[in-house]
Amino acid sequence: MSVSIQSIHKTFGNYTALDDVSLEVPNGSLTALLGPSGSGKTTLLRIVAGLEYADPGSGRVLFHGEDVTEVPAGKRGVGFVFQHYALFKHMTVADNIAFGLTVLPAASRPQKKEIDDRVKELLRLVKLEGLDKRRPHELSGGQRQRVALARALAIRPKVLLLDEPFGALDAQVRKDLRRWLRQFHDEIGLTTLFVTHDQEEALELADSVVVMRNARIEQTGPPQGIYDEPRTSFVYEFLGEVNKLDDGRYVRPHEIELLFAAEEGVHLAGRVSHLFVAGPVARLSVMPETGSRREIEVWATRDQVDEMALSVGDIVGLRFPELKASQRPRKTPEKDDPNDHSI
Amino acid sequence: MAKQRVIPGFGLSLGITITWLSLIILIPLAALFIKAAGLGPDDWKKILTSPQVLAAAKLTFGASAAAAAVSVVIGLLTAWVLVRYDFPGRKILDAMVDLPFALPTAVAGITLTSIYAPNGWIGQYLEAWGIKVAYTPTGVWVALTFIGFPFVVRTVQPVMEDLALELEEAAASLGANRWTTFRRVIFPMLVPALITGFTLAFARAIGEYGSVIFISGNLPMKTEILPRLIVSQLEQYKYEAAAVIASGMLIVSFALLFLINLLQRRLNWQAR
Repeated sequence: MSVSIQSIHKTFGNYTALDDVSLEVPNGSLTALLGPSGSGKTTLLRIVAGLEYADPGSGRVLFHGEDVTEVPAGKRGVGFVFQHYALFKHMTVADNIAFGLTVLPAASRPQKKEIDDRVKELLRLVKLEGLDKRRPHELSGGQRQRVALARALAIRPKVLLLDEPFGALDAQVRKDLRRWLRQFHDEIGLTTLFVTHDQEEALELADSVVVMRNARIEQTGPPQGIYDEPRTSFVYEFLGEVNKLDDGRYVRPHEIELLFAAEEGVHLAGRVSHLFVAGPVARLSVMPETGSRREIEVWATRDQVDEMALSVGDIVGLRFPELKASQRPRKTPEKDDPNDHSI
Repeated sequence: MAKQRVIPGFGLSLGITITWLSLIILIPLAALFIKAAGLGPDDWKKILTSPQVLAAAKLTFGASAAAAAVSVVIGLLTAWVLVRYDFPGRKILDAMVDLPFALPTAVAGITLTSIYAPNGWIGQYLEAWGIKVAYTPTGVWVALTFIGFPFVVRTVQPVMEDLALELEEAAASLGANRWTTFRRVIFPMLVPALITGFTLAFARAIGEYGSVIFISGNLPMKTEILPRLIVSQLEQYKYEAAAVIASGMLIVSFALLFLINLLQRRLNWQAR
């Protein structure tokens, strides 16, 4: 089921959360809404879910061409997964998962046997077989999140929405669950939208990344495309570390070649002011010898740093990649924040 | 081998607790039982099964349970209004809930009596409908409801405030309507607090004296409550009989409260 968001506005009092946002989510895709806090990504997700409504008369939300703007959450057929799970802690895991089925009107409610079978099937799907009698407080964070996912899937939603699904988990569980979710999505192919502020998560997991900032969409595209060709300086900076050169170019630390100062093709010489080796990667800060006071971050391999026998204080040469159009992104205007009421 | 804890002083704090409990609760209660033990089992039986005591016990425990039950309903509604809605005067209403705690119970009793008496503000209309409140068991129940309901509000309110809005949103997105969400998600989470509130209101009502004696009229066999009966025994210098009635009342109250606690422990899934 495709989702189409058409020029949505959303204000809370005089705070603008979404300012004319439009987005097409193709059927079966896994889309990330990425942005810093306050960018409007969660509000957008909640509007798609029907937990929040767009400003009256401002725009529409379509599911597969059908206008659902006014349809309440419970009738949209969306599965929503909350950052803090929102499990019903007085119910067992099985009862949590079955909730969406047991609240159906008597006429359309499946038989008890059918519900039990569905719960079993979902427990298998999220790899929690045998935990059906547990209560949420007896589960780990990762398990709880998978129960929440199973509960959302029980109603056979047409769209799956996840709000910072891994935000409350620790690093290792987070990574595992992320991979698992990608696999899971490939298996069932449900149109999925998830919110995150972690660019690594968005880039690794999604088919399509929507970068948001100040209540607007900044750029939309496949992860690699967005990373390689950011359209604005904000996207450049948000998607990973980047050096802003004196001539206005943006260059990522790994794109800079590290040479001896006297070597041919050196664009700039500078003194190593920091050197930090983390496993196979060496991170250097280089202060240019020319008048610039802007340190340049360079990522090299540890082997190279060892081979060059570099240490702090040494003079090195830097070579920048050839100029691409994307290295001069459109400058993100300073004055485009709808909540900045200063003139 | 004592485990090292961050905050030491187990011995000291337990010592103070036991001493204090002894001075305030254990010794007076022991004195009561010793006084009551001055009479033999036959006398105990005779006193405790006398029709007047049985009638008063029935009224005391019955009206207390009924008042606590109604307090649970009204208290839940009041807490809901205070937590869920923002309206002008909410803070004042919130403060008013505590008034029954602070008001001298005799004042409450006299006020309730004058309002619900057959010629009172409310009583005259109820009289027209054939409903008598003052000087009837209903009056006892009214007074006990008045003093009981703040306990329910104050135990339920904080729990309700902590209920995550997300739970309701989760239920809504799963297709539950509002009533189902309340019945299956919100209410079950409030049940332990409601039981605590019920227990407090019930316990308070059993021992209540001041507000009841005015509105009940204290007719033996009809509207006389146990505490009043004890006082009337004292007034007739029947100290042992008063002690026996008080002891019996204590034992029954303790048994009831203990049962409620057990029930609550069983329902207490809220351990995180």
